[in-house]
Amino acid sequence: MTVTNSTLLDELVEGRPPVDGRFGPYGGRYVPETLMEILQRLETRAIELLADPKFRSELEAEQREFIGRPTPLTRAPALGERWGAEVFLKREDLCHTGAHKINNAIGQALIARRLGADRIVAETGAGQHGVATAAAAARIGLPCTIYMGAVDARRQKPNLERMRLLGADVVLVEAGDQTLRAAIDEAFRAWVADPEGTYYLLGSVVGPHPYPWMVREFQSVIGIEARAQFVESGLELPDVAVACVGGGSNAIGLFRGFIGDPGVELLGIEAAGHGGQDDPHSATLGFGSTGVLHGAMTPLLQDEHGQVLDTHSVAPGLDYPGVGPEHALLRDLGRARYESATDDQALEALDECSSLEGILPALESSHALAGAKRWASEHSDGRIVVGLSGRGDKDIQLLTGEVSHG
Amino acid sequence: MADSVGAGEITRSIREASGPAVCAYVIAGYPTPESFPSVLESVARSADIVEIGVPFTDPMADGLTIQQASRVALSNGVTLEWIFELLEATDVAAPHLLMGYYNPFLAFGLDRLGRAMVHSRTSGLIVPDLPLEENGPLRKVLDSDVLALVQLVTPSTSLERLQRITNASAGFVYAVITSGVTGGKTHLPVEAPQYLDRVRAASPLPVLAGFGVRDRAQVTALAPHVDGVVVGSALIEAIDRGEDPGAFLDELRPAEVSA
Repeated sequence: MTVTNSTLLDELVEGRPPVDGRFGPYGGRYVPETLMEILQRLETRAIELLADPKFRSELEAEQREFIGRPTPLTRAPALGERWGAEVFLKREDLCHTGAHKINNAIGQALIARRLGADRIVAETGAGQHGVATAAAAARIGLPCTIYMGAVDARRQKPNLERMRLLGADVVLVEAGDQTLRAAIDEAFRAWVADPEGTYYLLGSVVGPHPYPWMVREFQSVIGIEARAQFVESGLELPDVAVACVGGGSNAIGLFRGFIGDPGVELLGIEAAGHGGQDDPHSATLGFGSTGVLHGAMTPLLQDEHGQVLDTHSVAPGLDYPGVGPEHALLRDLGRARYESATDDQALEALDECSSLEGILPALESSHALAGAKRWASEHSDGRIVVGLSGRGDKDIQLLTGEVSHG
Repeated sequence: MADSVGAGEITRSIREASGPAVCAYVIAGYPTPESFPSVLESVARSADIVEIGVPFTDPMADGLTIQQASRVALSNGVTLEWIFELLEATDVAAPHLLMGYYNPFLAFGLDRLGRAMVHSRTSGLIVPDLPLEENGPLRKVLDSDVLALVQLVTPSTSLERLQRITNASAGFVYAVITSGVTGGKTHLPVEAPQYLDRVRAASPLPVLAGFGVRDRAQVTALAPHVDGVVVGSALIEAIDRGEDPGAFLDELRPAEVSA
């Protein structure tokens, strides 16, 4: 490893806000001029607040009382026996609203309130971030509008209804590809139209600086808690931490806890879709090339003309052509490795986890399980922690064939 | 036709316009690749500057009209290569620039881009998702051929930043009149004149106002405060209605005030 690379890795381990929003060559702030000073103000305030003991104790109180943290670290002996490994699940599926997304949503909602915003806008893919945002907005008393692709709204109807019950105004996006990416485009447009009063509560470690860093800070509780749970239980740290990667927020959160432990391998699992050579997929780190989308320089699934490709995954939360810039740097530095799992492998892992452990994981999280299973097949008697990012209740209609995978 | 190209050529064309300069925005290959050359010819005859939009899959600063037109152009196979080939083979009667999101330019290759612009007599670029802080690599390429990288300012841009941006711009300064996406509101914001006067006072270059400019009444109202206007969504809507785009642009110009 060159001196430069080890410096970059040291900086990542240290975790300070990246200078100019850069993670090596990735990240930055590629946005219309209307948003530049808004983002600079957000960056300044977020850095202040995250270092402010009063804000931190307010956040910790919400984590405890509203989200229900700490979430358990659950041994999965039956899966372990099947796979030939020792398996632990970090149970973000037990967070209020059913996924890790609330960790970020409540954190940013507290920031929005401090900034004096009139309202919150957000995008959603699987609906998990939308539900989390709707709940967080209700909790702090701000109105919110959620943009959701029309295709996603059809395949995740229960979440659509939940958002509405939580008081959110849900706008179905018929433009573009009608999935997460089009929802982000539309949320950006709403923000550009009213940059002073609107707070954009972005749901993953993507987008312009400071989002990739700020969202990571709110999700790092996953990994920090998990590591402490290993230590407190007198357990050795795991050999590998596995998480699914769409934009990559739950993965970066889990990785955060172990990035300073060179003995712990970090493994991200992207969505390979149907898995055929020419089929659309969402494995950006595996097959993408560097470009600019949604405000950041990052690996993208794009054609040779720089047009963004349509993606596919059975898991709407992974169905995204970009990825967080920090993941791209972790990949380049060799600190994390990224593989992919197909729709079928994820569905098989979902079935195993549900029937063997009595835990129904989300389709997104099932990709992490499929990746963990493969890792176990390549290592004998390894110790694995899997980021179980969400629960599968939202996927019932997909799983029972009531709606198609879109 | 424009014999020489570059930032200076754009500035000159705006300064020499009688009344407010009219900058026409059209989308490359729209409504069809076959009909686009005649659209381009028609707007270039009437406009002082032509902005040729490079379609992109995720145009986050654009409203519905331009989103939909971009999608049509993309499905017709329009690429930067196609645009440069067409421009190399065409005598465009007004200085022209390309306006597009950063990613297609990046994918084309910044080194190639400067050469292709010179060969196709393209005087500059407007890249709405490339703010001052991120445009260093592209500026380096364009500066060496004295091509323009037009910077945008908005009503919320602070005075200090306004000064830095207008100093860094080339060709002209693009003053976005409303927060929001292209093709929006039908009324000019009441603060527009004050804002535009502020931009003009800061800018060493001519100032063109755009985003939401639709008709002659607006152009007339803006005229005392700007050096010109950019007309995009309204022009595309005129093309969609089957109107002659050049005639539509002629209609926008304020009536001559006779002495």
